[in-house]
Amino acid sequence: MHIVVCIKQVPDAKNVRIDPDTHTLVRQGVEAIVNPFDLFAVEAALQIKDQTGARVTVMTMGPPQAAEALRETLSLGVDDAILLTDRNFAGADTWATSLTLAGAIRKVGDVDLIICGKQAVDGDTAQVGPELATQLNIPYATFVKRIELLNEQHLKISRQTDEGVEVWKLPLPALITVLKEVGEPRVPSLRHKMRAKKAEILSWGAEQLNLDASEVGLSGSYTQVVRIFSPPRRTDRILLTGSVEEQVEQLYQYLKEARVPGL
Amino acid sequence: MKAIVDTRKCTLCGVCQEACPVAAITVTESATEISDACTLCGMCVDSCEFEALSLPEAGAGPTDDLASYRGVWVFAEWRQGRIHRVSYELLGAGLNLADQRKVELAAVLLGHELDGLADELIAHGADVVYVVDRPELAQFTDEAYANVLFEAIRQKQPEILLAGATTMGRSFIPRVAALLRTGLTADCTHLDISEEGLLLQTRPAFGGNVMATIICPNRRPQMATVRPKVMKPVRDAMRQGRVERLEIPARCLRTRVEVLEVIPEMEETAKIAEAEVIISGGRGMQNAENFKLLEEMARLFKGAVGASRGAVEEGWMHPSRQVGQTGQTVAPALYMAVGLSGAIQHVVGMQGSRVIVAVNKDTHAPIFDVASYAVVADLFEFVPALIRKIKKEHGD
Repeated sequence: MHIVVCIKQVPDAKNVRIDPDTHTLVRQGVEAIVNPFDLFAVEAALQIKDQTGARVTVMTMGPPQAAEALRETLSLGVDDAILLTDRNFAGADTWATSLTLAGAIRKVGDVDLIICGKQAVDGDTAQVGPELATQLNIPYATFVKRIELLNEQHLKISRQTDEGVEVWKLPLPALITVLKEVGEPRVPSLRHKMRAKKAEILSWGAEQLNLDASEVGLSGSYTQVVRIFSPPRRTDRILLTGSVEEQVEQLYQYLKEARVPGL
Repeated sequence: MKAIVDTRKCTLCGVCQEACPVAAITVTESATEISDACTLCGMCVDSCEFEALSLPEAGAGPTDDLASYRGVWVFAEWRQGRIHRVSYELLGAGLNLADQRKVELAAVLLGHELDGLADELIAHGADVVYVVDRPELAQFTDEAYANVLFEAIRQKQPEILLAGATTMGRSFIPRVAALLRTGLTADCTHLDISEEGLLLQTRPAFGGNVMATIICPNRRPQMATVRPKVMKPVRDAMRQGRVERLEIPARCLRTRVEVLEVIPEMEETAKIAEAEVIISGGRGMQNAENFKLLEEMARLFKGAVGASRGAVEEGWMHPSRQVGQTGQTVAPALYMAVGLSGAIQHVVGMQGSRVIVAVNKDTHAPIFDVASYAVVADLFEFVPALIRKIKKEHGD
């Protein structure tokens, strides 16, 4: 069995804080991390590897420095890593991203299961997984919180929806996007860390994927950002003072004035 | 590809260098240089007051015959026998868009045993309701729902399609967009239309720290999922409309997924994504038992209880209640953070809330930076006192 996990490198939220005066984003440094949801995806894949000896390949599309994100997952016990990097990939929307990933999955060939995180924490779209499955013409399930491998051909999953839990049976090959409930990421082992340092990371560009520059990145995107702006500023913070009783009185009046539902 | 600098307009002020999240911009004494690290995110474009920066245009690709697409569609989300509220909200937003475009507003309703449901969609603004009522659609699967909606769109060719950014919409609409080979914008909070008929789709990015307006210039339909509780429903029982049943080929109803079980969660407080009021607790709550205080307050507001990652990791609350980066993103009318420090990973999941109340003993807690009302107090004194006050006002 061969599992591919698609990951993304994102800016580290720890290096970001909100300026209390302007309520805008302050970035300190530009450190990048593996998207937190993608670490759950890696963990889910490694759990299947533990049970069945499946091979796990991790893949990312990004600038050359995204290789660091791949190495981090290698130190957790992932077998192989592939970096999809090309100047032409920049500015890709979810369509162009999933098209590029689909090209890479086809090149890899023998893939039984693709696991993605629920969404990336910078873009928050949750679209690349379903779009990738559609481009590969394989079934998928989103918001998966439990995975059970029934046999070589079938997967049983539980997915969390707004209304409750659904239990589905999926034929393989398939794609799933996972929530944190699949399992907290394991700690890197010394042995895997040593290997990760030296491991060779495959690097593919548009040419290796048989994709034309016009199909990928911003050129291949159907959507385009026309404006980026700061969200409207919150009105200034009001500090409630005095005794607890006085604070309660003030807050109640403010919430009443703000027409908060339920009062 | 990277951002473009107009050297005639650039004053070398250096503001863009600070704005760049990936440190791709270097402003020297004589030039603003952009390195290959540029991800085309657009942050610099907004930061420049001299309009010296721009992004290269998205690829044209094969341009559709845009004029042949007409009408605004809303996907009517049917689950467990009823229409999701967000669908009525989207009809409210759709009315406005359809008026400006001078086209019909349609709702498209997929499911089984749907009799009587079209009337409410008409009352909320639909000129026409397209219905596909089939036993194969009684249970949701991404494949069948997407294939049927794709087929319906292929038949009628609307210029815009809106769906709720619910777990259902965010799951299957990307498949529809990919089948149609068109653009899709996730989780929009504002919609407008340009004179040329381009849907201006505005959404939060970077955890709500920036807003981005996105267009789909060359493909149709223009598709967006829209966050629940942002748009306003408009109901008029006198409105007239028509119902049209669509013929869908049987192959569209096939799915490779087998639904084994559907377990509804009846507990009202579990649904933090839909709550108008959320009372959240963090590690300051000290134990699971103390969360009962928050549950009591949430009941008074008819709201839900949320939790920080810390409280979930302690096992005090179920992971489905977690608000923040690895939990849910919420934007209720009132968010009350109790005994919760407000790490950035939490803040990005709730800062879109209309009113934020923070209750914390620590005057330096970062949660106070985003609060509308800051209460520096011992939560075990303050929360019971607030509960007593509300009960008294309610006349209990």
